[in-house]
Amino acid sequence: MAEVELRNISKSFDGVFALNNVSMTIPDGAFVVLLGPTGAGKTTTLRMVSGLDKPDRGDVLVNGHSLAGLTPAQRNVAMVFQQYSLYPHLTVYENLAFPLRSPLLKTSEEDIKVKVSRVAETLQIAHKLDNKATALSGGEMQRVSIGRALVRSPELYLMDEPLSSLDAKLRADLRIELKSIQADSGATVLYVTHDQIEAMTMATHVGVLNEGKLIQFGSPREIYEDPVDIYAASRLGQPRINILPADLFGHAPTGATSIGLRPEQIHQGEGQESLVTRVEHLGDQTRLHLSLKDHDLTTVTDAHTQLAAGDIVRISPQNPFFFDAAGDRIH
Amino acid sequence: MAQIRIENVRKDFGTFNAVQSSTFTIEDGEFFMLLGPSGCGKTTTLRMMAGLELPTSGEIYIDGEEVGMKPASQRDIAFVFQMFALYPHMNVGKNISYPLLSQGMSKAEAKKKVDEVAQILGISDILKKPVGGLSGGDRQRVALGRAIVRNPKAFFMDEPLGALDAEFREHMAEELRALHDRMGATTVYVTHDQLEAMQMGDKIVVMNHGVVEQFGVPQDIYDWPATMFVASFIGSPAMNFLEFHGMVGSGATSLTLGDSEISIPQMRSGATGDLAMGIRPEHVHLNDTSTYRGEVIATEYLGTTQIVTLNTPNGEVKARVASSKKVAVGETAGLGFDERSISVFDKQSQRALLSAGNEGVLQHG
Repeated sequence: MAEVELRNISKSFDGVFALNNVSMTIPDGAFVVLLGPTGAGKTTTLRMVSGLDKPDRGDVLVNGHSLAGLTPAQRNVAMVFQQYSLYPHLTVYENLAFPLRSPLLKTSEEDIKVKVSRVAETLQIAHKLDNKATALSGGEMQRVSIGRALVRSPELYLMDEPLSSLDAKLRADLRIELKSIQADSGATVLYVTHDQIEAMTMATHVGVLNEGKLIQFGSPREIYEDPVDIYAASRLGQPRINILPADLFGHAPTGATSIGLRPEQIHQGEGQESLVTRVEHLGDQTRLHLSLKDHDLTTVTDAHTQLAAGDIVRISPQNPFFFDAAGDRIH
Repeated sequence: MAQIRIENVRKDFGTFNAVQSSTFTIEDGEFFMLLGPSGCGKTTTLRMMAGLELPTSGEIYIDGEEVGMKPASQRDIAFVFQMFALYPHMNVGKNISYPLLSQGMSKAEAKKKVDEVAQILGISDILKKPVGGLSGGDRQRVALGRAIVRNPKAFFMDEPLGALDAEFREHMAEELRALHDRMGATTVYVTHDQLEAMQMGDKIVVMNHGVVEQFGVPQDIYDWPATMFVASFIGSPAMNFLEFHGMVGSGATSLTLGDSEISIPQMRSGATGDLAMGIRPEHVHLNDTSTYRGEVIATEYLGTTQIVTLNTPNGEVKARVASSKKVAVGETAGLGFDERSISVFDKQSQRALLSAGNEGVLQHG
């Protein structure tokens, strides 16, 4: 059980800000996903919380107590990395038991046995407990490394792209599994990814990071439906939101320089004439690439549409977003 | 510009059979995808077309000429690899002109060709730059330039975007496809990414364990998969399989799941034993009046839509429904199925049974 607060954290490497005055409160039991491209500051944030790195300024607090000065081992956190680093010479059981054997924890063998079996059950690797770690598939290895974090039942889990080296099918399965483990255990999770699907499907809160700054913090739905700026709007949604000149469809609010249109904000059938330049049948839906007054835009339509390249489609905006010259949302 | 025909091509590496017996045709000007998981034989197939591997048996025709045993240099094709290898000591222009000069073309003529290609790719302004400092996208464009400049009959690409991050990959995929549309050259493209295949391909061959599972246009393959492998490999989330033990006969228009009668496209063949009803997540609806019910075990928000996972007596089912619909984990919901889009599979053969729905797609291929 932990509420985590990041208070005005800054960190630079070689004079470049990796984190620039980042503050956020991670409520107890929340699943917070930090989303952003490479270099946005996601992993640095995790390292501040874990104690693997120290902030230049600012503080990390857990349940109101500062973590400053505590070593990673003294902080009650467990980390899961993208690259599962299991002990190859140990069995799955021994790998899972290892964290409990830390001298700081003083767990009895009986307790260890109970905890390891319970975690192995949850992660569906109970039948593999006697296998050597190297005799496992990639997905199983990642389960074990997640299990190694779970077994300690820490206050806080820190996960750095734990699913990104797995194939699509396994990733989808583990997304659901991780989410339900978190929901059942009530643990607080801070999770880093650049995959928007992971962010949308697992998070209770998403933190959108860009160049060391926290752009927006809120539920996936808030960020998708009510983004604060162009950057946040572009992080979620496939195909990506169309950003076009504000007056492309006529009147725009004062100060607006861009209009933002997600596919569902583009009404088809009336409005301006646009030319279909390409049709992509993705199976469950069809993507239309349109050209309107020399601007390209992408929207989606029915899977079995008869539209083909060269056809004309009339489109008009429906509850669009407007942004000013700095990219900030205008309401 | 070329039509490429593969007939009964087989490849063994020692005792390992990499490609069993592939037959398909790539029409002139097509953007053609070889799709499958790693180890399925797609790259081996491409390398045989290119002349980098020789088939153990079977024929490969490029524009009607049998080239199966000819080396790559005599096939007039261009190959673009995943790791675009450029000559680091040459500038962009020299990298592109190299294949021409090494064929003995005059410098003046080569320059003209390079300028043309640079124009097409939008890299005219960087011709004098060293390749060392280029961005990933520009490196990719230069590698393409070197392939295009020879004006080959066909382009072969082996996961050319595999090393790029997701955002940039999408951008380059669009660019590649647009380039193809401008040039109209036959392109054969290997990928393990089903979305990339759907998005870019005019036609797709789906391979698994060295066998061609299905061949056709993307939407047909998505709607009417020939095998359970194709049904689960294409689409995200994959097609649902509601497994049951029972019987469907030729002419049947429904099947029985538990106590529920489910309408299906009229069957053109029959089977008995372990069967599976296949349906895509977007064709499963939450419908309170339905007698067929499941328990919601997860919901995943995706913006416009959400994926709802339910436990049913016939296995896990995923439904894609509007995200405005309120669904809570733990509740029981009735399931409705869009009957026009149901496939029935025989689990033993792993193949789809013929029906009024899929016969048009499955019988011609």
